Amino acid sequence: MPALASLVCGFIFGLGLVISQMVSTTKVLGFLDFFGIPGGTWDPSLAVVMATGLAVASIGYALVRPRPPLFDRQTRWPTATAIDRPLLAGAALFGIGWGLVGLCPGPAIANLATLSPGVIVFVVAMAIGMLANDLWQSRALAQTERKLAGAAADG
Amino acid sequence: MANFTPISAAVGGALIGLAAVLLMVFNGRVAGISGIADGLINPRTDDRLWRLSFIVGLIAAPLAAALVDHPVPMPQMPANYAVIAVAGLLVGFGTRLGSGCTSGHGICGIARLSPRSIAATLVFMAAAIAVVALMRHVIGG
Repeated sequence: MPALASLVCGFIFGLGLVISQMVSTTKVLGFLDFFGIPGGTWDPSLAVVMATGLAVASIGYALVRPRPPLFDRQTRWPTATAIDRPLLAGAALFGIGWGLVGLCPGPAIANLATLSPGVIVFVVAMAIGMLANDLWQSRALAQTERKLAGAAADG
Repeated sequence: MANFTPISAAVGGALIGLAAVLLMVFNGRVAGISGIADGLINPRTDDRLWRLSFIVGLIAAPLAAALVDHPVPMPQMPANYAVIAVAGLLVGFGTRLGSGCTSGHGICGIARLSPRSIAATLVFMAAAIAVVALMRHVIGG
């Protein structure tokens, strides 16, 4: 059941991307081009997508928050609260990549359906970037553990 | 604003919000695409099935749209594959270091009024706007 439910959710999410045209790099870059405002070429569509997406998600989350999910034992709301360096550095790196091509992870994956060679290269590179971060973080974790073990041994 | 498409943007945005709410109702999960995708390929995760089916649904949507004659154009990509690869690496590495992307922070996180997500969204928006300004109006212009 959880797999079927998430298939439906992924499908609705993808339809939202297709209907809003957020799968189009031209639409996304047209929004990000704030210098197009004076010339009248700026495309505010992405702001509208975010506005209605946020409206529905805010109301929906407020309603479901107190309840356990239908197909799992507990809801997994993110618990981190610190605005720290990894958060800000990661967001900056992501923003640079997003601005270069106009693809973020959702539209990049949905666009695999078009079999565009450029999109395939992008998604493969994105997966490598994710794995590189996973590897780096697990190494950093192991190092901290070794240090802690060392500190404990020093006693 | 000749390219502005407010109605399709509003409808599509609402569907994205709905998908995020339903994933929380059904599976108790945040609909952050970078997190879902990373969990699929990260060797340390053990809950791959729901992640895989979400991704399958995401890719099936444009195919279904094409079946009912809704336009699904080929996305415009830079001619230079090196630029594409660098952008992909930055998006993959950055979204995991920063724990989220446009969906996880921009929609789900801000909907929860998470200060972390609001900060991350401001930073990635500002960085992307700066890069587009540089590419189109400084280097390209």
